[in-house]
Amino acid sequence: MLALWGALLWIGIARWERVLAAPSGAWDHRVAFATWILAIITLCGGSILQERRIHESRTMKGVGQWSLAWMAFRKSHVAVGAAITVMVFYLAALLTPFLAPFDPAVQGSLITERMLAPSLTHPLGTDQFSRDVLSRVLYGARISLTIGFVAVSISMTIGTVLGAVSGFAGGRLDSLIMRFVDMVISFPRLVLLIAIIAFFEPSIFLIVAVIGLTQWPQPTRLVRGEVLSLREREFIQAGKALGLSKTRLVLRHLIPNTMAPVIVAATLGIGDTIVLEAGLSFLGLGVQPPTASWGTMVADGRDNLLGAWWISTFPGLAIVLVVLSFNLAGDGLRDALDPRLRS
Amino acid sequence: MPLLQVEDLSTYFSTDAGVARAVDGVSFSIEPGETLGIVGESGCGKTVTSLSIMGLIANPPGRIIAGSSIRFRGRELVDLPEKDMRRIRGNRIAMIFQEPMTSLNPVFTIGNQIREALTLHRGIGRSEARRVGIELLREVGIPEPEQRFAEYPHQLSGGMRQRVMIAVALSCEPELLIADEPTTALDVTIQAQILELLADLRGRRGMAVLLITHDLGVVAEVCDRVLVMYAGQIVESGTVDEIFHRARHPYTEGLLESLPKLAAGGRRLHPIEGTVPNPVGWPTGCRFSSRCPYSWDRCEAYVPPLLATEDTNHLSRCWLEDEPERRRTSAGAGSEW
Amino acid sequence: MVIQTEPAPLLSVRNLRKYFPITGGILPRARAFVKAVDGVSFDLHRGETLGLVGESGCGKSTTGKAILRLIEATEGEIYFDGTDVRAMGSSALRRLRRRAQVIFQDPFASLNPRMTVGQMLDEVLKVHKLAGDRSGRRQRIRELLDTVGLLVESEDRYPHEFSGGQRQRIGIARALSVEPDFIVCDEPVSALDVSVQAQVINLLSDLQERLGLTYLFIAHDLAVVEHVSDRVAVMYLGRIVETAPVRSLYTEPKHPYTRALLSAVPRPEPRRDHRHGRIVLEGDVPSPVSPPSGCPFHPRCWHPLKDDACSRVTPPLESVGENHAAACIKLSRDVELPPKTG
Repeated sequence: MLALWGALLWIGIARWERVLAAPSGAWDHRVAFATWILAIITLCGGSILQERRIHESRTMKGVGQWSLAWMAFRKSHVAVGAAITVMVFYLAALLTPFLAPFDPAVQGSLITERMLAPSLTHPLGTDQFSRDVLSRVLYGARISLTIGFVAVSISMTIGTVLGAVSGFAGGRLDSLIMRFVDMVISFPRLVLLIAIIAFFEPSIFLIVAVIGLTQWPQPTRLVRGEVLSLREREFIQAGKALGLSKTRLVLRHLIPNTMAPVIVAATLGIGDTIVLEAGLSFLGLGVQPPTASWGTMVADGRDNLLGAWWISTFPGLAIVLVVLSFNLAGDGLRDALDPRLRS
Repeated sequence: MPLLQVEDLSTYFSTDAGVARAVDGVSFSIEPGETLGIVGESGCGKTVTSLSIMGLIANPPGRIIAGSSIRFRGRELVDLPEKDMRRIRGNRIAMIFQEPMTSLNPVFTIGNQIREALTLHRGIGRSEARRVGIELLREVGIPEPEQRFAEYPHQLSGGMRQRVMIAVALSCEPELLIADEPTTALDVTIQAQILELLADLRGRRGMAVLLITHDLGVVAEVCDRVLVMYAGQIVESGTVDEIFHRARHPYTEGLLESLPKLAAGGRRLHPIEGTVPNPVGWPTGCRFSSRCPYSWDRCEAYVPPLLATEDTNHLSRCWLEDEPERRRTSAGAGSEW
Repeated sequence: MVIQTEPAPLLSVRNLRKYFPITGGILPRARAFVKAVDGVSFDLHRGETLGLVGESGCGKSTTGKAILRLIEATEGEIYFDGTDVRAMGSSALRRLRRRAQVIFQDPFASLNPRMTVGQMLDEVLKVHKLAGDRSGRRQRIRELLDTVGLLVESEDRYPHEFSGGQRQRIGIARALSVEPDFIVCDEPVSALDVSVQAQVINLLSDLQERLGLTYLFIAHDLAVVEHVSDRVAVMYLGRIVETAPVRSLYTEPKHPYTRALLSAVPRPEPRRDHRHGRIVLEGDVPSPVSPPSGCPFHPRCWHPLKDDACSRVTPPLESVGENHAAACIKLSRDVELPPKTG
């Protein structure tokens, strides 16, 4: 908490020119500005609320499933640490325009600033084009995390809707959707990805779209399975007997009860997607230079691994750290959300 | 010497909310050939008692508290190394559970599982084991045992699976059979078959049975002696006749009152008010006091011990034994009995 | 007895059948059918409780669900207050939902874990536009909670914060929220402990008296059914094998299956000679996919007169006494039967 306050204040003081210029600057600067303001408001609000809660005695409000899950989640220090790491990465990604010491695409002097070892001015060194590695890692975070988040959001939304429809409707529609799922799954995904990307001009949007649109079968199956078992549960039957409409049953009773496994799958899915994107970029099929992406950075540095280890190592570490955090947080969530593990 | 002697058994579980005292100072004994019933509602500690005897309490979260003693033929079972415990568990004490489907391995045939038990515990060869196994299946009343031998658990009905479980339990010729709700998952007509079988086997083999159930009817039919458990403690113990015809403890009375009986007409039931307290914080004093129609200040302050009643060996954990005059004065409900 | 003109029954079921297809193989075509309910007929009068009793798989729950159109019947007629239930369109069905309700067995599965008790009840009131505005609904919710013996504070709590008995009360409150006159109670107390079971049974009978409810009480526990019912129907393999007023069914059971069932119930009275008269049936209930020909009970029947005819003739429900009917072709003849139990 204190560290977060410190970072936000530091941005305000050390980067005040950028902050002041941000509202009228490029869109990413505006996003960063909004994030900065929001973060400060949230922190203030949070502190006030916490203060209040200490003063108020335990209210008579019931403890919902989500609060229970949160209480269980909080108990796992590893999962909480992982979740905080993920949040720090996202915050850093959003605040990158303020945080990054240099422009990631601008090349420095090829003679004096090429492949410098980590130092005070370049905490993570510079690469073969004399670009600041820290700045590039930060900008790379924006690419990787955005791709992960957006692609998984797309696939989870499609998956939840298709899965819920398939499971609840049953019959022909169900068979149709599931056979389509089987078809998509049986197609080697990597080959499909490479084929599509080779066919079109590689771009971030293409990658997000392609990853998102090929990942939905798994959540579809997951949600369908959940809905199938929930549909037979007596509270759905009772809802039917009480004359609740089908739409209401699906939206208010079925889907909220399938959210727990979907959230777990999404968390784990973001990690997978980041690795996939890094892999594609490493192969030159993903994000195109000079845009910084962790995958391309690792690829760029691999020729100089012995002479300038920092070029590949830091983006590589970032990938490992983020993916590991997503997986650990996902495992923690699964444990917290699984009612069988709770007494 | 009793076959099994349990003294001051306490089994606690660590939970998020605190320590749950699931079994709290339970003492009883079983004589060879005797059938003892433990009866109580869910959460009273009856199953934890049986699992403690079998050494099947997972630690953590559970643990048997120091000072507890479980002696089988004079041998202390608490803190016995797992290796020795396994020998006793398979050979001399056997257990059957409520849901036979989960206790049978679905990927092995019935014959496989019986033969495994036989070769393990009796050390006999394969073909001999097959012969004895088929004999056992016949003994527990399975028709066409040779055919069943090659079948898988899911091919059998619930009643048949319970018979197979009993056959597996019998394979080691145990001196004590612990049956935990053996008929709860079964239909009445099938339950009748299994109870008949248990009574039959007991007569033929002379083994002792510890029957754990919530069903008072089953207890009345099968047992010699009964322990009534409530909130981790024994609240009343006696012979079936004493418990069912001369119940002393208000909880036992309440249970019998709240039970709908066949051919009793439309008599209004007298439920026990309230619900079972939380094992993390049992009430101080008598644990039943919060729901007891007789309760007075002494009950809330002091824990009653198991007190003697008019019958020998009939004990009741209730201050009414000490102050019998209160029974009539404050009895509101239950006057019809 | 004075002869009265019978009032029209509230619920009338004729020849109800429900076959569940068993699909398999590549083509989605039924290979066989589970004959869960196979020709059930009965009447239920206002304010009355009909107990539907039988062992698992006899079709008693399926019958209850088919009556409420929670599943669609395969064949037969269901009349609720004179209206054909199976022909109802969506608006008529919606009106039925306000008059016919259901209480389920499992108090853990029958409540949505992610809604508070208040939200659950509020939703129903809102959907059916009952109890007016927000404050009116709130008032009604409190009233309902009070009716079933729950604290008003329960409103803001979630299902998992309640014990089994309390959850069952919530289920009852939910059923009562639409002010029905008929409730299907599907094993409402089977999952509860004895002492709590008695609380819920008493609550159900109090509510019946106060609100003039009609119950179809489905259960496997013969003692509970005897306790709550006015009339009882015994089911076996999808059919009613015997039906009678509660007293005559329990004191003079006619059908061999009913007699065996009653004698099999363990009684909390040790060392009485009832074990003497126990009829222990052989074998298991046959599969409802291929029920035995003739009388469905004949392979397990202990009746001394059982013969070939039993496996050929499907016995109809025939009167064997006042309001007492049984489906057995051997009942008309006087036979020395094993000593009666009870």
